[in-house]
Amino acid sequence: MSSLQFDIAHLLAGSLVLASFMMLYQDRLYSLLNVYALHASVLALSVAWQAYVQAAPHLYVTALIALVFKAIIIPVALHRIIKRLGIHREIENVIGIGLTMMAGIGLVALSMVVMLRVTPGADALAREDLAFALSVVLLGLLIMVTRRNAVSQVVGFMSLENGLVLAATGAKGMPLVVEISVAFSVLIAFIVIGIFLFRIRERFDSVDVQALDRFRGERR
Amino acid sequence: MISVVLWAVACLLALAPVGIVLSARPRGSFMLYGACLVLTATLCITAVLHLLDPAHPVLRTTLPVGLPWLGAHFRLDALSAFFLVVINLGGAAASLFALGYGRHEEQPGRVLPFYPAYLAGMSVVVLANDAFSFLVAWEFMSLTSWALVVSHHRDAENIRAGYVYLLMASFGTLALLLAFGALASGPGYDFDAIRASHPSAALSSLVVILVLLGTGSKAGLVPLHAWLPLAHPAAPSHVSGLMSGVMTKVAVYGFVRIVFDLLPEPEWWWSMVVLLAGGPTATLGVLYALMQRDIKRVLAYSTIENIGIIFTGLGLALAFKAQGLDWVAALAFTAALLHVFNHALFKSLLFFGAGAVLESTGVRDMEKLGGLIHRMPKTAFAMLVGCVAISALPPFNGFVSEWLMFQAILLSPQLPSWGLKLIVPAIGGLLALAAAFAAACFVKLYGISFLGRPRSDVAASAHETDRFSLAAMFSLAALCLLAGILPGLFIDALAPVSKAMVGNVMPHQTGLEWLSVVPIAESRSSYNGLLVFVFAALCGTAAASAIHRLASDRLRRAPAWDCGYPDADPAIQYSASSFSQPIRRVFGSLVFAAREIGEMPPPSSPRPARLTVEMRDLIWDGLYGPIAIAIGFATIRINVLQFLTIRSYLTLVFVALIVLLLVVSL
Repeated sequence: MSSLQFDIAHLLAGSLVLASFMMLYQDRLYSLLNVYALHASVLALSVAWQAYVQAAPHLYVTALIALVFKAIIIPVALHRIIKRLGIHREIENVIGIGLTMMAGIGLVALSMVVMLRVTPGADALAREDLAFALSVVLLGLLIMVTRRNAVSQVVGFMSLENGLVLAATGAKGMPLVVEISVAFSVLIAFIVIGIFLFRIRERFDSVDVQALDRFRGERR
Repeated sequence: MISVVLWAVACLLALAPVGIVLSARPRGSFMLYGACLVLTATLCITAVLHLLDPAHPVLRTTLPVGLPWLGAHFRLDALSAFFLVVINLGGAAASLFALGYGRHEEQPGRVLPFYPAYLAGMSVVVLANDAFSFLVAWEFMSLTSWALVVSHHRDAENIRAGYVYLLMASFGTLALLLAFGALASGPGYDFDAIRASHPSAALSSLVVILVLLGTGSKAGLVPLHAWLPLAHPAAPSHVSGLMSGVMTKVAVYGFVRIVFDLLPEPEWWWSMVVLLAGGPTATLGVLYALMQRDIKRVLAYSTIENIGIIFTGLGLALAFKAQGLDWVAALAFTAALLHVFNHALFKSLLFFGAGAVLESTGVRDMEKLGGLIHRMPKTAFAMLVGCVAISALPPFNGFVSEWLMFQAILLSPQLPSWGLKLIVPAIGGLLALAAAFAAACFVKLYGISFLGRPRSDVAASAHETDRFSLAAMFSLAALCLLAGILPGLFIDALAPVSKAMVGNVMPHQTGLEWLSVVPIAESRSSYNGLLVFVFAALCGTAAASAIHRLASDRLRRAPAWDCGYPDADPAIQYSASSFSQPIRRVFGSLVFAAREIGEMPPPSSPRPARLTVEMRDLIWDGLYGPIAIAIGFATIRINVLQFLTIRSYLTLVFVALIVLLLVVSL
């Protein structure tokens, strides 16, 4: 593998982490969705580059799935849901942006240390890829933990899944079946969560999950 | 030969589902117990043949079941063969007994499927040659016996007994699991690999403590005995006999296999721990037994006493082996194993007798029995043999093993360690006390239940039990006598086991004159059971014939001594509590915090006077109570986690992930 190929793969995976960071501080739902679409597009680019580098044509299919479903269909659908729910003007108070960013940086550092330590035998591309993928997964979790709105939690979950796809394509020889099943499971999760969002909305006039907690009356 | 054994075990396992079908049919229990009898007898005979084989072969085989890369290893050596004999002799006797007794079972569907599975589980434990198979078989044995304990589930007390038993069984298995985990960290789970490895002294010591906890909780060592007197009496009587007589021995097997076989040379202080567990267990167990009124519970507590004696023997063997005196170690070890065999015989016999009494009268409370010797003369005779044997009176078998144990204790001055020199005689004193109490306990059991006059209508209308039950009891009684008058045969059969475990054997016995038993050398001490038997038989016959010949032959029936009351009520006889009152007064306040509250009405009042006895189980109050309270406290605190919000759960998962990653990276 030439150094240029490696550098481009590195650049794309790094951009994915950067997009995750961008998602961390978006406090409006529309902009969060836009960044998520960017996130998914970067993923599609990165997977396509992997397909080219590894000469594995089936990865192009994965890239196409990522582009069509994650960068176009899901964000558009979520846009419409937000509009129908009438929460497009809501501003979400993220726990202090500075603090979240610091935590995110810490997580990236942690995943670097972990991955570089446990995979000394793997080739360089896979190692970097895995380290970035783990960072994306952890940042996705962080988004889910810091958000109160159910829609942003869904977005956090899907960005986490993007990290998984990145990890899967970085390792050579991952069969397409696995990726397709992962993609479909996310789709189904998306549908289920979407339906639940409407049900929650109908019942409580809000998709703020704190309303659920208040309703349960069990905040101990 | 090992294939015969494994096939028989597999057939027992296969009988379990058949039991479900058979339990619905009228002759089903007879057929199932018959099949169990044939299979256990086959296993027993095969194991005896293997034990007596002069070449002492060690047979191994591996079956492709269990863990994928390990398989199930089985091994038949002298130790396994001996315990197979004990298990399947007990199993065959119990099946024979159940041919008759099992007909009275109200819900055979709750007993029949588990019974053969339970027998199979115990046999697999002693055959297993890797830690995984051992633990699986051990847990299988525990679970099937639990199912048998709660077979009469309508009784709330049985359900509680089953619950306590399940808890203690889980605790024991956990301890064994940790022990095997520590042992197998280097060499893997195969026993042959563990045997060849050399664990460090600290690791071995940890394993010994864990194994003592694990097997001790199954065998009933004080203070891990709390479940035993609840669970053993709750099962149907033939299963009670198996649990007390046989399953506790499987636990002894586990201890011997790991401590004597798998671990390297013992450290000097291991024996102290075992002795300090065994001696008090013997004395406390029999003291508890003396205080009971329930006939099956007396027997269960007496099992604890005998387990104490066996562990004392094993502790002595460890002590002598650690000091290099392996000829004395062989003596103590053989005595312990002989007691394992003997206890399996007479405890099964006594539980069968208790079962026959229970089936005939419907009560287990001694205070409601009495005079059964007239109504159930054959059962009474078999029970008498069992009581004499367990009280360690010659010429029966209990005496031989306890006498050998004391011979080993008397050699303790040869130990170089001062700690052991002081401890071993003290333990010997405890054992002697336990033996005396055991005699008192069984005088009480037999005297109150079988002698005197019936204390209730059910006792007065009791009837003799069926011929299968009698056959089982009499064959066990005959074996008790045989092992008592010809102990040399049995000691010689144990030689290969002792050779493999402690590296030496007792002197060869069968070639000696007059079939004596010589523990070390003839100049020191010897015992001849046959001589005692012939002497006792001759004296008894002579006395009886003298009385019959010389006394007046006019038959005269008169009222028994009636304390000056013309119309004596059965209630003025000695009762079970009054018989044990002197011992309760001496030891009870110390061991049970016993209090007697006498309530006398004033002279003018016609109210009866009352005497109430309060006894507490101090171990239960002092050890189990606080643990239960601590666990309850902790669970209430942890219960908060049940009611968190979604985000808190997400945060918990996230934090846990981060902590784990930090552990990996640092």
